[in-house]
Amino acid sequence: MVELSLPSVQRRLSGPTLSLAMTGLLLAASMLSLTSGAAGLGPDDLLAALWGEGLSPRDKVVLFDIRLPRLALGMTVGAALAVSGVLLQGLFRNPLADPGIVGVSAGAGLGAVLAIVLGGLLPAALTTAFGPALVPLAAGLGGWGTTILLYRIATSGRRTDVALMLLAGIALAALAGAGTGVLTYLADDRQLRDLTFWSMGSLAGATWTSLAAALPLVALALLVAPRLAPGLNALALGEAQAAHMGTDVQVLKRLTILSAAAATGAAVAVSGGIGFIGIVVPHLLRQVQGPDHRQLVPNAALLGAALLVLADLVSRSIVAPAELPIGILTALIGAPVFLWMLLQRAGHRG
Amino acid sequence: MLELADVCVRLGRRRVLEGISLTVRPGELLAICGANGAGKSTLLKALLGELPATGSIRLGGHDVLRAKAAHLARLRAVLPQESEVAFGFTLGEIVSMGREAGDFATRPEVTDLALAAVGLEHRQAEDIRNLSGGERQRGHLARALAQVWEPVGPRGPRWLMLDEPVASLDLGHQLQIMRLARSYADAGGGVVAIMHDLNLSAMFADRMAFLIGGRLAASGSPLDVMRTDVLEAAYRCRIALNSAPKSGPWLLPQACS
Repeated sequence: MVELSLPSVQRRLSGPTLSLAMTGLLLAASMLSLTSGAAGLGPDDLLAALWGEGLSPRDKVVLFDIRLPRLALGMTVGAALAVSGVLLQGLFRNPLADPGIVGVSAGAGLGAVLAIVLGGLLPAALTTAFGPALVPLAAGLGGWGTTILLYRIATSGRRTDVALMLLAGIALAALAGAGTGVLTYLADDRQLRDLTFWSMGSLAGATWTSLAAALPLVALALLVAPRLAPGLNALALGEAQAAHMGTDVQVLKRLTILSAAAATGAAVAVSGGIGFIGIVVPHLLRQVQGPDHRQLVPNAALLGAALLVLADLVSRSIVAPAELPIGILTALIGAPVFLWMLLQRAGHRG
Repeated sequence: MLELADVCVRLGRRRVLEGISLTVRPGELLAICGANGAGKSTLLKALLGELPATGSIRLGGHDVLRAKAAHLARLRAVLPQESEVAFGFTLGEIVSMGREAGDFATRPEVTDLALAAVGLEHRQAEDIRNLSGGERQRGHLARALAQVWEPVGPRGPRWLMLDEPVASLDLGHQLQIMRLARSYADAGGGVVAIMHDLNLSAMFADRMAFLIGGRLAASGSPLDVMRTDVLEAAYRCRIALNSAPKSGPWLLPQACS
């Protein structure tokens, strides 16, 4: 099993201290995000609004219909991806596990591409009924469907084989990738453009509706995750030991997979493919506070939310007035950090 | 009380344990001995409820195969032969996990006491993966100890189940750990240990059980079962048996047959 380890690092910060710092970071990122943008609604206007002075109707629209839902969605998606990373890394006992490992990303990708390319073949009544929700819905269903299938494949009797799940996940992802490939081949120019942008991820489509769709599932996962933390700690000693230490391992596995899939599926559905948050955030936190999942879960939610809000801020200001898809940005930052993690491990071994 | 009645385990078509009946009382240290592949680890796994077994296995009156994991965790702690820890948990964190799995979640001092009992109190803040093999083994023993820190609890006696507890330890630490196991039993707890070192077993155990080919070949006090016929059948070795005035029988292997 691949493992990241460092020479005995002294823990620098306690979990609660870090939580406080993360909350500060999230607040600062939120303020920045709310007060920057093309519409010229700045910090002064926001302060004035807080003091009860009225905003112009145009500023109200900018604040309440564009920036606030986008901020809230960014926080939701960031927290969902980071906490899913923590959960799955704990389950697979591997710091390199990623929400993609349970098939969510591949399945969601296939679902989205299906909706984009073949959506036109649906009866007109259906397409108008779902409207812009069709692609997210298909992505969510594709993601959850794949995870449930994977769970069924890897479970026999009352036992889920996580190694089998990992391998079957590779096979299912390849299959979904092939399906996506066929559909991409069949797609016309406009559809190609749509699905390219979907795969790069974006929060540009944020509305209160998309938030309302994603938030309940993410919130549910965030509520369940802290309860899984002690079991995931015990699982670091192996399945047999975790059981001897009182963990119902099968229940732990099922809840972990379902929570991670629910949160990631919802996040991917509303924001497309945003990578690396799920790997980089838990890793950074483990370096600073240690691997205790009881602190890792809340802090990952805070840091994931803050980082995604910041990434979104950069993605919409760096090439303004255009927008860089946020998935490109998280990959641009995340991939070097990931490499740094790997090299650090190689340095430790050598 | 740990009671095994007619326990059989099959792995695939092979019968790895056959008709094992055995009773261990609290206050006793039982050493399970036998050659490689004789079924020692299988027997331990069976009595922990890790394997599907037929027959009956009861610990403190509870059916091990049906009882809830959380309930058994307060009754007995397990030291596996090898433990690989994922992520950079410190020794102190690992021992605290054991403590919180048992009845001692509200008593943080138990972590320090358990670490002191195995002589590792100064390594608490160390990443457990950076310790030597023997230190890791003692660290995991401290975790198991912290889980069942008091040998007798409100629900009755507690148990330590140890799979080769001294396998990777030096001579001095072997003695230290065996004394620890002995005193746990003397204080009213039960200890079951898989042992390869027969001399240490004879020194510290109340009873020794020898497995040959998945069957219980002999079981009794060291004086009763440390006999050349039992040992030579179990290990296929010629053995010279001696006796020390205080610590009882001891042996030297002579030649393999």
